[in-house]
Amino acid sequence: MLKRAKALFLSLLSLVVSLPALGSAVVETSTRQLNMPQGVTEVSQAAYDIHMIMVWVCTVIGVGVFGFMFYVMYAHRKSRGAVAENFHENLVVELLWTIVPTIILIVMAFPATTALLKVYDTDNPDIEIKVTGYQWKWQYEYLGEGVKFMSELNTSLDEVYGREPKGEHYLREVTEPLVLPVGKKIRFLVTGNDVIHSWWVPDFGVKRDAVPGLFTSGWAKTDEPGIYVGECTELCGLGHAFMPVVVEVKEEAEYNEWLAGKKAEAAEYASTIGKQWSAEELMVRGEEVYERSCAACHQSNGEGIPGVFPALKDSPIALGPMVGHIAVLIDGVAGTSMQSFADQLSEVDIAAVVHYERNAWDNNVGDVTQPLDVLNYKQSK
Amino acid sequence: MSEESTYYVPEQSKYPIAAATGFGLMAYGAATWVIDSSNPYILILGTLVMAVVMCMWWNTVITENMQGLANAQLKHSYVLGMLWFIFSEVMFFAAFFGALFYLRVIVNSWLGGDAAIGIFDDTPTDAAVANNAILWPGYEAQWPVMETPDQAANGDAAIFKGPDQAMSFPGWANIFSWLPLWNTAVLLTSSFTVHIAHTGLKNNNRKQFVTWLGITVALGLIFLVLQAEEYIEAYQHMGLTLDSGIYGTTFFMLTGFHGAHVTLGTIMLMVAFFRSLKGHFTHDDQFGFESAAWYWHFVDVVWVGLFLFVYVLD
Amino acid sequence: MAHGPATLADGWKAYISRWVFTTNHKDIGTLYLWFSFAMFILGGAFAMIIRAELFQPGMQLIKPEFFNQMTTMHGLVMVFGAIMPAFVGLANWMIPLMIGAPDMALPRMNNLSFWILPFAFAILTSTLFMEGGGPNFGWTFYAPLSTTYAPESVNFFIFAIHIMGASSIMGSINIIATVMNMRAPGMTYMKMPLFVWTWVITAFLLVAVMPVLAGAVTMMLMDINFGTSFFNAAGGGDPVLFQHVFWFFGHPEVYIIILPAFGVVSQIIPTFSRKPLFGYSSMVYATAAIAFLSFVVWAHHMFTVGMPIAGELYFMYATMLIAVPTGVKVFNWITTMYKGSLTFETPMLFSIAFVILFTFGGFTGLMLSIAAADMQYHDTYFVVAHFHYVMVAGAVFSGTAAIYYWLPKWCGKMYNETMGQVQFWVAFIGFNIAFMPQHFLGLAGMPRRYADYGLQFADWNMVSSVGAFIYGGAQIMLLINVILTIRNGKPVADEKVWEGAEGLEWTVATPAPYHTFEKPPEVK
Ligand code: HEA
Ligand code: HEA
Ligand code: HEC
Ligand code: CUA
Ligand SMILES: [Cu+2]
Repeated sequence: MLKRAKALFLSLLSLVVSLPALGSAVVETSTRQLNMPQGVTEVSQAAYDIHMIMVWVCTVIGVGVFGFMFYVMYAHRKSRGAVAENFHENLVVELLWTIVPTIILIVMAFPATTALLKVYDTDNPDIEIKVTGYQWKWQYEYLGEGVKFMSELNTSLDEVYGREPKGEHYLREVTEPLVLPVGKKIRFLVTGNDVIHSWWVPDFGVKRDAVPGLFTSGWAKTDEPGIYVGECTELCGLGHAFMPVVVEVKEEAEYNEWLAGKKAEAAEYASTIGKQWSAEELMVRGEEVYERSCAACHQSNGEGIPGVFPALKDSPIALGPMVGHIAVLIDGVAGTSMQSFADQLSEVDIAAVVHYERNAWDNNVGDVTQPLDVLNYKQSK
Repeated sequence: MSEESTYYVPEQSKYPIAAATGFGLMAYGAATWVIDSSNPYILILGTLVMAVVMCMWWNTVITENMQGLANAQLKHSYVLGMLWFIFSEVMFFAAFFGALFYLRVIVNSWLGGDAAIGIFDDTPTDAAVANNAILWPGYEAQWPVMETPDQAANGDAAIFKGPDQAMSFPGWANIFSWLPLWNTAVLLTSSFTVHIAHTGLKNNNRKQFVTWLGITVALGLIFLVLQAEEYIEAYQHMGLTLDSGIYGTTFFMLTGFHGAHVTLGTIMLMVAFFRSLKGHFTHDDQFGFESAAWYWHFVDVVWVGLFLFVYVLD
Repeated sequence: MAHGPATLADGWKAYISRWVFTTNHKDIGTLYLWFSFAMFILGGAFAMIIRAELFQPGMQLIKPEFFNQMTTMHGLVMVFGAIMPAFVGLANWMIPLMIGAPDMALPRMNNLSFWILPFAFAILTSTLFMEGGGPNFGWTFYAPLSTTYAPESVNFFIFAIHIMGASSIMGSINIIATVMNMRAPGMTYMKMPLFVWTWVITAFLLVAVMPVLAGAVTMMLMDINFGTSFFNAAGGGDPVLFQHVFWFFGHPEVYIIILPAFGVVSQIIPTFSRKPLFGYSSMVYATAAIAFLSFVVWAHHMFTVGMPIAGELYFMYATMLIAVPTGVKVFNWITTMYKGSLTFETPMLFSIAFVILFTFGGFTGLMLSIAAADMQYHDTYFVVAHFHYVMVAGAVFSGTAAIYYWLPKWCGKMYNETMGQVQFWVAFIGFNIAFMPQHFLGLAGMPRRYADYGLQFADWNMVSSVGAFIYGGAQIMLLINVILTIRNGKPVADEKVWEGAEGLEWTVATPAPYHTFEKPPEVK
């Protein structure tokens, strides 16, 4: 309690002290985009169009209303000798300004409806992709293709905390982007694994909530290859700002090549899983995995956040039998934010991170966790 | 304006701050207690403070009333207060009935994969189909939900398991052993008896008033006993608990809150009963009794809704 | 009731017990107002932390988990602690004066409604110091982030909301009973000042929706602690159920915030136009229409959760309709000024700014209601900009106007006009610098509740933060002005205070005596 009070006080203090200093580091890559992007799909174009219609309708009404108001404020001020009249009712004008806006709105409803119909036109897709939100990363699964992978932020915490200069793609880069072909209608089936996230790619006009236990669907079809960046737009915990969406749209041939590559990768991986890894290899890989997938909660130093995320340093599980430790990762801890990593990490990665946790931060258990141990646990279930 | 009809504005009072303190303690204590069930003390303290203050407060109000401080206008304020309070209770139940409706009708068909695109087009939506095919394979939309989506997809590993048996209509053969029916009969009768009591009071028939009020209290108690019996039955023999999926959830929350309100209503009626024994209330001064009676009718109406939507309609 | 209220001269014990045990509507109104100002400063301090962190990309001052707590607490404290009690305070002070009643209908319950609040907010803010931190799931506390994934302190949050809701319900019942039962002879419904009208309708909304909020938090409580599955699809529930229940409360809530503000402005504009309010009866009907519509539009906050299209269309159309009665109000205000004899004292300046900025915020609201476009706006800073235009430039501006307008009546002293006007301009300019750029940020793609953001959003965020600090400064000026007025403002003796003011509240002495209308006045 005292500690938190101190933290609160310190942050307030540092706020006051550091304000002048902050101004100096104006970032140069800032764009001055003011308006909604037109995007590259029918849906985003439809959203843009109806948005612009609304902007203009409101502008015209606004100019009229405020124009009149300013005129009144100028012409009927007491200092110019205005004397107040006493009227306070006029049925005709009152009806008029009820009916006219109603008509404007009814007219507006037509384009608004057509635009919405477009958003909901998810029928007959060429490709179906399941998008799952995890705390704090995305998983993409190409339904029917046997390809699935995680996509998570690739900006280092050092950049976030200002220990390193921020790169050009700060918070807009991921380990592996979603890859799509041009000219194909793609249906996104979006769901969540833990809490609600929301998958948004502005240039596609697709923003769908990832509700755990239920799907929402959206679609996109574009002819323009390129890299499109989006965000998670539903508050999902402390990593909410750190789970961007990156989509790479490729020519069809390149896409097919990429897909074939992914399939081959999966096949190759299956064949290497039986390999024995050395403790050093595991430590290196484990640290990588840990920083990427676990440090957000359990912190880089393994000390967690008291009261929310347990410390792994000296934790009974990390120091206890290896099977128990693997079990936590495979099964998760029901009812907490410690999710199952069985679907998110490969056996090799799980083995590596378990090994890392058992031997980092003076945990020094000394055993070596092999991918086979993980596989065995999975199969024993 | 005659002197008597001045609106009585009480002098300073210590009750509000004491009640607020009790209320604050209750809130703090309740939170402490749900986190750590071995520490109910703050909650108990708060409840005690609250109970004592409330008794004293109402006592004062009754005394003021007996002293003739409360004129017709003030009494009308009390009436309005009570009616709007009942309205707020209606809205509280509305939230739970709304939730029940949404879960039964809408969510169920989403999870079951047969939610239609629109009113005129009954092809299932792609999201609903995917829900059923990918997330909850094997789940069939049903009410009561006897097998939860979790069970359908994960079998025995499921965390949420449906009940063995539901509380719905057991068929004509077993109708007499169906507790909810008895409960309905008891509660409907009690609404009627409280009305007879009220008529008695209006006609200055004290005996009729006291007797029928007493009968109403008794019926309220019988209802509570039957309800308790039903819960015991559910927990011990039907595998129906608070955590047996959405059916158990909605069943216990709706009937539970209703039961809590019946308890409150019974207490109010009981107080009115004891006051009536002491000769309180006359045909033109009956707010304390009337408010309890209104409350009772309200509780009764809620039950009718419950009986229909929780027990009868499948 | 011969003796007056205890003052400091009677000793501090008497003074304290006067305030703590009071049953006087004016005392209670004052308590509400000071409490709400304290909460405004607290909520504002949280906002300053948010804006300081967002001054630049990267995490500089606080950690993301603390940022989320700040966002949440800022929203909760501002909505429930600052704005709502402020208007209840005004209602307490003004409604009995306006309808010629000796006090509120249920004076002791009135005091209880107030004293619950400090307890509720003490519990709420104390969660910040608990293990695991305070609420970090947004003021909308969507499940399952607020249930399965919440820190333990969420239980305190739940019960704090419960008692705070009870306080609101009692307060509202009191207002309804007062208005229905305590009007002076001759004060028919259609003669009541508009502030009274907007407040009865608000009170009705409160009594209708606070219990629904209580239902929502109760469901959370059960899901967290007792194994139910309201918000868990595995058991047959649905996380989206939470959103439906919450917004059934939440949308009317935003009108609860704005309707009394409409009332205030409808009192002030006629005064400084020296002309009766234009379209009184259409104002009343419009308010009722807004209140009615507010019950049937809630899911416009949920356009992206995947409702069936029929639902989306319905909620879109229904929401668009609210522009009509709201427009009627705007037009009536402007026509009230038309051919009046206008002067621009501080309350009038704030009211005019209210009309302009609120309408602007209303326009963006209308844009948000277009479901297809909301797919792009939703949960971005465009929404944040929208609701600060309606809530800060709406509710807070009108509240400030009300303080300047009625302060002389309350304490019998005149505020410093120059300082008031300076404060207005600082607030007006600061506000627009703070929140106008947020529209651009949102359209360019910056999501809300982000502790950190990409470099492309850097410039506007910096501008916005600077504006926010300026606006915060303006609030300090308000505080200083009020305190200076109370301590050594120029005494006003005239009952009317303002040349153009009409209504019963301007017939009692200035400052308003402790007890007024012990004998009901006769209204022609
Ligand atoms: C005081 C509070 C207040 C008020 C008054 C309003 C008023 C309106 N709001 Fe707003 N709103 C909020 C507070 C408020 N809102 C808050 C807090 C949120 C975010 C909650 C959260 O997620 O945290 C929100 C979010 C919100 C959303 C969800 C956005 C999203 O999350 O994606 C929507 C969508 O429809 C919306 C719409 C509207 C509309 C149509 C109005 C209308 O009432 C506006 C009507 C007014 C006018 C239109 C202007 C005047 C009219 C005329 C001059 C007449 C002529 C005009 C025309 C015919 C165009 N609001
Ligand atoms: C009526 C309600 C209300 C009011 C008055 C305000 C007032 C302000 N709000 Fe808002 N705000 C909300 C309701 C309100 N807000 C809600 C509901 C949310 C959504 C929360 C959520 O997402 O869950 C929100 C969210 C929100 C965000 C988005 C946070 C995020 O998404 O992460 C931001 C960011 O700029 C913000 C800023 C401000 C600012 C700068 C003010 C200013 O107007 C405040 C001005 C007041 C003061 C500053 C206090 C007085 C002065 C002092 C304390 C002295 C110190 C001053 C200085 C050091 C300058 N608010
Ligand atoms: C979203 C936050 C989050 C992430 C990410 C996360 N954990 Fe956890 N972890 C938790 C929480 C919360 C618990 C405590 C569960 C409980 O209450 O028992 C936990 C518990 C554990 C435990 C048991 C420790 C003990 O003493 O109880 C281990 C081991 C563990 N996590 C390992 C990992 C590994 C390895 C990763 C990454 C691959 C990881 N966690 C990622 C939140 C997280
Ligand atoms: Cu995921 Cu926000
Ligand atoms: Cu709304």
